[in-house]
Amino acid sequence: MKRLISMAIAILAVVLGLAAWSNHLQQTQGATGDNTLNLYNWGDYIDPALITKFEKQTGYHVNVETFDSNEAMYTKIQQGGTSYDLAVPSEYMIEKMKKANMLIPLDKSKLTGMNNFGKSFLNQPFDPGNKYSIPYFWGTLGIIYNDKFVKPGAIQHWDDLWSPKYRNDIMLVDSARDILGFSLVSLGKSMNTTDAPTLQAAKAKLDQLSPNVKAVVADEIKMYMADNEAAIAVDWSGEASEMMSNNSHLHYVVPSEGSNLWFDNLVIPKTAKHFKAIYAFLNFMNNPKNAAQNTDYVGYATPNDKAKALLPKSVRNDKQFYPLQSVVDKSEVYKDLAPKTVGLYNDLFLEFKMFRN
Amino acid sequence: MAKKSSGTNALFYTPYVLWLGLFVIAPLALIVYQSFFDISGHLTLANYQTYFSSGTYILMTVNSVWYAFIITVVTLLISYPAAYVLHYAKHKQLWLLLIILPTWINLLLKAYAFIGIFSQDGGVNTFLGFFGIAPQQFLFTDFSFIFVAAYIEIPFMILPIFNGIEELDESFVNASRDLGATGWQTFTKVILPLTMSGVKAGVQAVFIPSLSLFMLTRLIGGNRVITLGTAIEEHFLVTMNWGMGSTIGVVLIVAMVIIMFLTGERKKRGSLR
Repeated sequence: MKRLISMAIAILAVVLGLAAWSNHLQQTQGATGDNTLNLYNWGDYIDPALITKFEKQTGYHVNVETFDSNEAMYTKIQQGGTSYDLAVPSEYMIEKMKKANMLIPLDKSKLTGMNNFGKSFLNQPFDPGNKYSIPYFWGTLGIIYNDKFVKPGAIQHWDDLWSPKYRNDIMLVDSARDILGFSLVSLGKSMNTTDAPTLQAAKAKLDQLSPNVKAVVADEIKMYMADNEAAIAVDWSGEASEMMSNNSHLHYVVPSEGSNLWFDNLVIPKTAKHFKAIYAFLNFMNNPKNAAQNTDYVGYATPNDKAKALLPKSVRNDKQFYPLQSVVDKSEVYKDLAPKTVGLYNDLFLEFKMFRN
Repeated sequence: MAKKSSGTNALFYTPYVLWLGLFVIAPLALIVYQSFFDISGHLTLANYQTYFSSGTYILMTVNSVWYAFIITVVTLLISYPAAYVLHYAKHKQLWLLLIILPTWINLLLKAYAFIGIFSQDGGVNTFLGFFGIAPQQFLFTDFSFIFVAAYIEIPFMILPIFNGIEELDESFVNASRDLGATGWQTFTKVILPLTMSGVKAGVQAVFIPSLSLFMLTRLIGGNRVITLGTAIEEHFLVTMNWGMGSTIGVVLIVAMVIIMFLTGERKKRGSLR
């Protein structure tokens, strides 16, 4: 027993020692110092050259940590272990974080360049008056097709996916809201539908699509489409632009009856500590030149109109990634739904994945 | 157990007890605890009710068990003869090493390798192209899923069976032959019963992990094969319904305990993995 106690004490001593050491390390690395900025971003979602430039210009040190889903980011910030200064959630997640009191309002007096943004990207329903968020990138959900297998122009609408011509040809992105969402749009319903019978109907319609579905996958979709593995895919515009840069046969269509419009936005989570660095960084990113450079690297659509004007004409006028205003007007932004409804979406999606005929 | 110096004993089992407590018992307790909460955080039994009353989860369970069963049968059919041949092979240790070698490679890497092999421009289709029957669809089919899963599990089946056959006393086989048994009779009446413990250990080592495969269902099965593992992943990462995810986890754990009980040896335990 004595030995046991001394063992336990020894282990505790080791743990405490390690904790003290890691604390010391963090301090010497400046992780808790005043001259740092902890950016919590999606993977590969900022030009590294810009970070270097920012560090040189301002003397702040930037730590970038990445996440791969809004939910993962939410959990991490909620637990509050790390002092993230800036995060990049999507619109529905901003609503959710707002409700959970996880965001700090922006101090507009310290911000410059807010008038660089296009009017249609500000004052969105998920954050009226942009109290908490600055738009970072935006995009759509759409259909990618390979002109080796599909005649250009043959796919214009969501309903075209159901054509028996495309048996076992379609890859879907593994995301409940997006897939049920386009089924809802094809039924003429809202992508934010919460009522169960309508959702059931959308799911029943998806079941009809099942023979055409080759696979429901996530990031691998990019690789498959670039390798001509499938003829058609449903995915987000940013992913599409990446595929298209690897395979010139691919094209992206946003159905004219509407689609999802998404925004990723910079916010200050409640874990933030280094406010001087935060505003320096936000103003740096709002600068049209920097935003244009970032857009060029990331390949998504920028909400910064002055930055967009700096982009090459071929990019600016690309209807695939900067769709017509009429399409944008018809598209919907996701609202944060009650956990129960989110559960229903996911359960129905799971049932659809299991459906075989 | 002989009572030596209890101090030294404590020294030996402290790390193990700590490990067991922190990484086995605590997580298990947490999963069971979580499974009693619904999506809005109320204490309830509704998760279990949903599981057993909605056809979806029952169907999913049946699917998982069915796929795990097929994977186990396929690996067993390949592994038993392989282990048997191995026992009589010349350079046993070398062959054994070659069988273990693939387990040193990360599962994800192996899965991605198979994507390359089975894809439309992949190795298999190039080969079939010589006979003019390409391209065939291999990825995202039941065939490819079972093939890859069996490939990954085979070493875990061969090893215990091989050990079982190694322990088999050759004189029993000779005696059986001397007494006039045919080859088949020797196999079914002597060899198989005596190596059964190895087979059982192998079945445990393959069936149980196969129940909850979820990476392969997406990468190789393209989510056209749905198992309970997929549902757990989704509940934890997407829906954030940890209660339901935990409930499925609890059901899986119970299923595993039942299988261990059914295939386990009462006196001597076969080594697991």
